[in-house]
Amino acid sequence: MMHFMLLFSRQGKLRLQKWFIAIGEREKKKIIREMTQSVLARQPKTCNFMDWKDLKIVYKRYASLYICCGMEDQDNELLTIEIIHRYVELLDTYFGNVCELDIIFNFEKAYFILDEFLMGGEVQETSKLSVSKCIEESDLMQETMEEYMSKPAF
Amino acid sequence: MPAVSKGDGMRGLAVFISDIRNCKSKEAEIKRINKELANIRSKFKGDKALDGYSKKKYVCKLLFIFLLGHDIDFGHMEAVNLLSSNRYTEKQIGYLFISVLVNSNSELIRLINNGIKNDLASRNPTFMNLALHCIANVGSREMAEAFTADIPKILVAGDTMDSVKQSAALCLLRLNRTSPDLVPMGEWTSRVVHLLNDQHLGVVTAATSLITTLAQKNPEEFKMSVSLAVSRLSRIVTSASTDLQDYTYYFVPAPWLSVKLLRLLQCYPPPEEGAVRGRLTECLETILNKAQEPPKSKKVQHSNAKNAVLFEAISLIIHHDSEPNLLVRACNQLGQFLQHRETNLRYLALESMCTLASSEFSHEAVKTHIETVINALKTERDVSVRQRAVDLLYAMCDRSNAQQIVAEMLNYLETADYSIREEIVLKVAILAEKYAVDYTWYVDTILNLIRIAGDYVSEEVWYRVIQIVINRDDVQGYSAKTVFEALQAPACHENLVKVGGYILGEFGNLIAGDPRSSPLIQFNLLHSKFHLCSVPTRALLLSTYIKFVNLFPEIKATIQDVLRSDSQLRNADVELQQRAVEYLRLSCIASTDILATVLEEMPPFPERESSILTKLKKKKGPGKVPDMEETKKERNSDMNGSTEPVSVNSSAVTMSTPSTSTDLLGLGLAPVLNSVAPASAGGSLLVDVFSDNSPAVASLAPTAEENFSSPRIGSADVVSDDPAAAVHDADELVNKFVCKNNGVLFENQLMQIGLKSEFRQNLGRMYIFYGNKTSTQFLSFSTAVICQDALKTHILLHLFCITKQVDPAVDGGAQVQQILNIECVSDFMEAPILNIQFRYGGALQNMSVKLPVTLNKFFQPTEMTSQDFFQRWKQLSIPQQEVQKIFKAKHPMDTEVTKAKIIGFGVALLDMVDPNPSNFTGAGVIHTKNIQVGCLLRLEPNTQAQMYRLTLRTSRETVSQRLCELLSEQF
Repeated sequence: MMHFMLLFSRQGKLRLQKWFIAIGEREKKKIIREMTQSVLARQPKTCNFMDWKDLKIVYKRYASLYICCGMEDQDNELLTIEIIHRYVELLDTYFGNVCELDIIFNFEKAYFILDEFLMGGEVQETSKLSVSKCIEESDLMQETMEEYMSKPAF
Repeated sequence: MPAVSKGDGMRGLAVFISDIRNCKSKEAEIKRINKELANIRSKFKGDKALDGYSKKKYVCKLLFIFLLGHDIDFGHMEAVNLLSSNRYTEKQIGYLFISVLVNSNSELIRLINNGIKNDLASRNPTFMNLALHCIANVGSREMAEAFTADIPKILVAGDTMDSVKQSAALCLLRLNRTSPDLVPMGEWTSRVVHLLNDQHLGVVTAATSLITTLAQKNPEEFKMSVSLAVSRLSRIVTSASTDLQDYTYYFVPAPWLSVKLLRLLQCYPPPEEGAVRGRLTECLETILNKAQEPPKSKKVQHSNAKNAVLFEAISLIIHHDSEPNLLVRACNQLGQFLQHRETNLRYLALESMCTLASSEFSHEAVKTHIETVINALKTERDVSVRQRAVDLLYAMCDRSNAQQIVAEMLNYLETADYSIREEIVLKVAILAEKYAVDYTWYVDTILNLIRIAGDYVSEEVWYRVIQIVINRDDVQGYSAKTVFEALQAPACHENLVKVGGYILGEFGNLIAGDPRSSPLIQFNLLHSKFHLCSVPTRALLLSTYIKFVNLFPEIKATIQDVLRSDSQLRNADVELQQRAVEYLRLSCIASTDILATVLEEMPPFPERESSILTKLKKKKGPGKVPDMEETKKERNSDMNGSTEPVSVNSSAVTMSTPSTSTDLLGLGLAPVLNSVAPASAGGSLLVDVFSDNSPAVASLAPTAEENFSSPRIGSADVVSDDPAAAVHDADELVNKFVCKNNGVLFENQLMQIGLKSEFRQNLGRMYIFYGNKTSTQFLSFSTAVICQDALKTHILLHLFCITKQVDPAVDGGAQVQQILNIECVSDFMEAPILNIQFRYGGALQNMSVKLPVTLNKFFQPTEMTSQDFFQRWKQLSIPQQEVQKIFKAKHPMDTEVTKAKIIGFGVALLDMVDPNPSNFTGAGVIHTKNIQVGCLLRLEPNTQAQMYRLTLRTSRETVSQRLCELLSEQF
């Protein structure tokens, strides 16, 4: 079971955090700090895994963005890399060539997409089509561009 | 202009985010945020009702601010309001805010639950999914209580949409993890198992996760799942890569589902039924065969997914550990990966081989890869991989290759990363001891360890070498010679000085014949190191010196001069000073005979387990240290092995020879023992030496005895996972607190739990203090109060902390406090259970204690006259209202004590009511939220028979019984 997923930039700025376990805010901040530090300190061409306390950290870099997951000992490491990849693919399908800015400005969407894919720290739906369809459908329930532009800017 | 968001964008939000990004400094950002917070606050407070869109936008802005790392203390109510919106997007933002920001003990939970309830009942699949996600995200007990009954129904109902089934399965999984006691097993379980046959692979994937978790706890109930999982797996493995459509991931059919099925099968032994077993073996062979086929794609995703399944299959093969053929094939496959160009695969192959090494079928096969693994240790650039290589070398070590492996590890240690040095030291020490045919090799190895990585050699390691040297005469002369030589080095590690000091103090005479290591040379050599050492080491050296006085009378005068010097006799450190004074006196006064007795050679240590192993296990956490045959046995035996070999046996033995001890050392000895204890971790172990060798001492130094326990911590106290088994002497503890409100509730070597409580009418407040008794931090410290089902309706507990949350790390020696608010709703029998969990040195500690919340705590005393008393007594004359018990006195029958207990019980003690003055009568009212129950009691002691008769009358039968049970245990 996944305990957390963090997205952060090369500069160590946190872009998204998802927790599948109940822990306090202080503890969260501590983990975030430790994760960004130790993942960013890793040399190139090393493996994608690290031991950290009793968790296994699996991380992967996409351009300027790092995605890092805290997994339990018996979880499958290679497949966790592919969970990360599938999530990036889903973001990519939705935003079209996703970049860090998309996640910053649409963080709520990034959460919704993640929620369609993972739940309670387990994979819920692995089919890209199904997840994308869910997200598209929920977008259909929303406004058009004209509506968007006519909204107050403050 | 910011990047325009798709779909339902919130323009104001985008502008705000872009403002924040444009802030040049942290101050500017905070200023902008405060402005926004003020704006939102005024909108929320304003007279004009906000429309749904604005509410959504502001809630979303708050969420953004929170995610930037700022505290948010308002807006929760608006978020909850969004839940009842009919617009999907508003509802969605409301749920998101709650999932991210609402913690489990929020007061809003009831309102939120209401929103969830409506959405679950809406039969709109999108709304239902949102609600289920919210439950899974928050996962609190209150939510579990509210919904665990509904979710299984949703999961197995015939008309539930697939996507909702998936959410329901995982939601239930989450609740089962957080509040397993609340998830009811039942008729639905068998139907869940059949979801493994569902047509929709997404449903099967989610269901498999759920079933795996449930099966780990109730294997019998889910036994059916084995054959279903095997046949599902077999269909996937044999399918063509296009068969499964979108569930094929880079040409690998359903990798997630395959891995989950293989995981599920690891909850069980190999299938008994021949056909199922055959089919599974076929599956595993197919997976192994596929690994040899050329890849269908060059993409790394393809190979990752394929190998993920392969590694999981290998895990299952190792778990079953029954098919030699498969095990050897798995080992060969991993052997290929050891030299793969992908670092990830090398890492995983090393890791997987570690477990394979412990199987008797594959141990030999693993050993053939020794050269590759040693090479990995030398050439891998990644520390994670090198660490796995160390683990594997440790796991594959046996008598045949121990010398080689230990030599390689020592080699590696010179350049090893600091982060893993201590672990390597422990491993080398264990292997050297375990596979030593020749103990001179062992001694050399440990001295090498100290030379190469002295800072990482923990006390356990050097204690152990001394234990072994003391116990084996064949190696004593050699050890003395070797340490003497090692000490010649101009800069040697302090740990070497300790070992050297100890060994020469015991066995220096064995090499004193050689003029190059004459007594005086030995002494000068040691003393040349003295001033560079820390206090505990100096203390040890002083003991060595007094031992020398006995071993080598010819240098007695030199040693006395040293002891007499101001730097010793007036040393600022009280321990050193005391030793110097006492040793000097001892050397002056005692006759040769007495000296010889007092300073006799240490007797052999009793054979025990190596404490190093315990330490390694603690470091790596349970299950991470690969078990070899011997290590398996240890689990059952006493894990205590720490012995501090510091030669204070001199003073210990002194104490057991009364003629000298009373005169010379009696004055100061107990304090010595105490003062040593906190000085270093080693100090507290002193007593360990005493208890083994001269039990008579223990009674002389009772204070020191208490320090005894510290080294045993951790191993002895890992309480089993079964909470029922772990509840500590439940009723006794509760009984202790029936008549009092404060005291120590629980204590073991690790922690102490103290209580202070106060009760008024039907309310109570309990202050719980958790004290960390060790010097090490507790990690992931968490507590929970659990009420049994029956109890929940009778008593409400709100646990909250004086700080917002208990810090998950509790420092050594520190104390944290929690407050528990209690409301008694109606009368009750059972006590709630306090569950405490934390990590101590890698091992998860789990303990449960009954909280002394008993019915009598809600008494209000009532004064009344004799007339009133008997009038009411008569009114309560229905047989069920009276409970009577006659019992034997457990304590001396002291009138004053009895009175105090009755008052402590909570009732008013009524004087002059009972015609017989030796009887006691009392009256009080139990306050609960629903009812109040008046209670009259009468206690009649019979001093001759040492018996009591207790009679209670209340208007409720259950109350009478419970109170009688509680009170009768007190006398």
